[in-house]
Amino acid sequence: MATAEHQVQVPVTDHAATSTGLPNMKLAIWLFLASDCLLFGALISTYVLYRGASVTGPYPADVFDIPYTSVSSFVLLASSLTMVLALASIQRGDPARMRVWLLATAMLGLTFVGGQVYEFTTFAQEGLTLSTNVFGTSFYVLTGFHGAHVTVGILMLLTVVGMSFGGRITQDRAETVEIVGLYWHFVDIVWIVIFTVVYLIPTGTPPGA
Amino acid sequence: MASVSIPTERRGGLLRRPDATTGVWSWLTTVDHKRIGILYGITAFLFFIVGGTEALLIRLQLAQPDQTILNPSVYNEIFTMHGITMVFLVVMPLSAAFFNYLLPLMIGARDVAFPRLNAFSYWAFLFAGTFIYSSWFLGGAPNGGWFGYAPNSVVDPTRGMTFYAIGLLIAGIASTVSAVNLAVTIINMRAPGMTLFRMPVFVWMGLVVQLLLAFSLPIITIGLVELLFDRLFSTHFFDPAAGGDPVLWQHLFWLFGHPEVYILILPAFGIISEVLPVFARKPLFGYQFVVFSGIAIGFIGFGVWAHHMFAVGLGPVANTAFAVSTIIIAIPTGVKIFNWLGTLWKGDIWFTTAMLFSIGVISMFVIGGLSGVMHAVVPSDYQQTDTYFIVAHFHYVLFGGAILGLFAGMYYWWPKVFGRFLNERWGKIHFWTTLIGFNLAFGPMHILGLQGMPRRIQSYPESLGLTFWNLVSTIGAFTIAVGTLVFLVIAIASFRKPKQMVADPWDARTLEWLTTSPPPVHNFDEIPVVHSLDELWHRKYAETEGGRVVPVAAGGSGQEAHGDGHGDSHAIHLPSPSYYPLVAALGLPVLGYGLIFGLPFVVAGLVILLVGLYGWVLEPSVE
Repeated sequence: MATAEHQVQVPVTDHAATSTGLPNMKLAIWLFLASDCLLFGALISTYVLYRGASVTGPYPADVFDIPYTSVSSFVLLASSLTMVLALASIQRGDPARMRVWLLATAMLGLTFVGGQVYEFTTFAQEGLTLSTNVFGTSFYVLTGFHGAHVTVGILMLLTVVGMSFGGRITQDRAETVEIVGLYWHFVDIVWIVIFTVVYLIPTGTPPGA
Repeated sequence: MASVSIPTERRGGLLRRPDATTGVWSWLTTVDHKRIGILYGITAFLFFIVGGTEALLIRLQLAQPDQTILNPSVYNEIFTMHGITMVFLVVMPLSAAFFNYLLPLMIGARDVAFPRLNAFSYWAFLFAGTFIYSSWFLGGAPNGGWFGYAPNSVVDPTRGMTFYAIGLLIAGIASTVSAVNLAVTIINMRAPGMTLFRMPVFVWMGLVVQLLLAFSLPIITIGLVELLFDRLFSTHFFDPAAGGDPVLWQHLFWLFGHPEVYILILPAFGIISEVLPVFARKPLFGYQFVVFSGIAIGFIGFGVWAHHMFAVGLGPVANTAFAVSTIIIAIPTGVKIFNWLGTLWKGDIWFTTAMLFSIGVISMFVIGGLSGVMHAVVPSDYQQTDTYFIVAHFHYVLFGGAILGLFAGMYYWWPKVFGRFLNERWGKIHFWTTLIGFNLAFGPMHILGLQGMPRRIQSYPESLGLTFWNLVSTIGAFTIAVGTLVFLVIAIASFRKPKQMVADPWDARTLEWLTTSPPPVHNFDEIPVVHSLDELWHRKYAETEGGRVVPVAAGGSGQEAHGDGHGDSHAIHLPSPSYYPLVAALGLPVLGYGLIFGLPFVVAGLVILLVGLYGWVLEPSVE
């Protein structure tokens, strides 16, 4: 091979195109979410393993209020729509409207988390705590872990709103909003799985009931 | 020469961005992957000395029957800390040192994808290590084995296993962040022309390891969270009385733990796949086979975990399935061995120290691999489980494989990193002392294990007839210590010579040897354009019609390319140093102490973490 060929150089720019064409941040968040799937996978497996394993009550059927949780699930899922609208706004170059939709998303998320706090309090009053039985143990840790994810998401949304007031979120940096959005949608999708596995699939009659 | 600008004018952040390029502050705030690699290496080596000292204490205690140097509870702490240290604080970060330093250079990049995140990973790892070790002074070190089996790890009255759970959670955060960062770097930051199948094998193994980390660490994270909740908040995850199942811990642990084994060994496989071709003066035999074997190991590695649990009683169906998958994973591993032998075959071998260590890896790993296949046979495993035979096996793969491989890497890349050679004559003494000591220390453990000596016992009576081989093993352990001391001396002595190194002292094949030794802060004046696997070799040599290899007249090493006048006009922007990775990482151990010592630490930890993260986000970007 001729050496001259090797000395062909490309210009160095600050925004060198990536090898895949995908922005680094986006690839990173996808990898992180894939990794996060395993976190929830392990927790959901634990919950499933301990279905019907509690030796003492209260059992799921004693405490669950499915209509109530369905409403709060709907609120969380609706927040995915407002998230999409927020991203669409900034991609159109409308930061004011983006802030409105981001705040709406955060409010819906907050409603969900508030609903969860209310639910936990009610359950605790009905006698189900972290240490009551393996149902309480695996239920609170799984749903609480998800609630913590939603809370982190809300903090991220509010941070983006704050940064937008500082002029840091512009049309050409809509990627930031997109990445927060990916995280937000992921947390919503995980909730669909958790809601189905934990609330909707019946456990059967508890022993001795 | 291209000029390098590290901009210093800043506005808008919480703090002015640091701009020191020398001195302590420059190291505390560095985001340069090369410096972070060196920090990883030094820290891991210090932990290696600590973990090695713990091993020597174990061997002293077992050198003779009925000894009382360590009482049983201290003995439990020592062997637990030895395991935790060597796995999480030595082999993983030492591999991370090589990955950090070399991956960007090998793919022709200026840094990793997220330099500040990279610094965060290092600090979080350092704080995880110091957090775990602080347990010695704060109520007792972990004492339930590195595997931390429940319910023993739950009911233990000391704080040790709480430190274990929190410390490993912090280390897990560090490794997960680093895994995402390095995987994105490899996938996205390759130089023009560096297609996936032009990447050096070390880079491939790096990619497989990062993906293994990203998908196995979350599983142990949940296991550790559950353990922590059981200990701190009286949950019942592993409490059989409440319907919980301690075997769940074993599944979660080994679902991480077995991929972890490949996380520990694949970096060494990558290293020797670089060293062998250079010193055999031949291309790697069957490059694609080696790469695909590595990928196969990565996949199958997730399907063999229950072979650690044959004696638990999962039943014949589960045991058979995992026996089969375990035997299958031996195939891609065996393929690699033959590829390395094929590389050596008819090579023009140059027996440098790095080469000796690489050949050491092949031969020692084969021994460890063979005893590994024995464990795949369930009835045989019933005999060997929890005996010293297992200890012998995993030291042959982890010391004979991983540690020898990492030493090979040190001798090979030392000139690139520090611009000086490690003394070859003393290096060979280091190699032979280590190899002989290693076989003396761990070879006899096969015999002891087959004689029935159980693991994790603090002492044994003379009447069992285990004395002789235990003494031999202890002598071997101290021989390894002498070898390591030799290495330490030549490592320090290497800095007494002036920095005087050509770019490519070994006549090597990959891109990191294209740039100066040590590389400039921006790695390459011009990002190289890649045309083939073993790019550097093809720039230096060509094949004639008759198949003879001849040097190319104007060999294309980095320095010579400077004269071409292309590089004068543009500036290279490098990421500025930052305080925030250090600050954010500092929040983690404080938060960890909070879980043990109460609310004030929790609040302080959260505040530090949030200050770090928000400072980070709001810090002015490079432009």
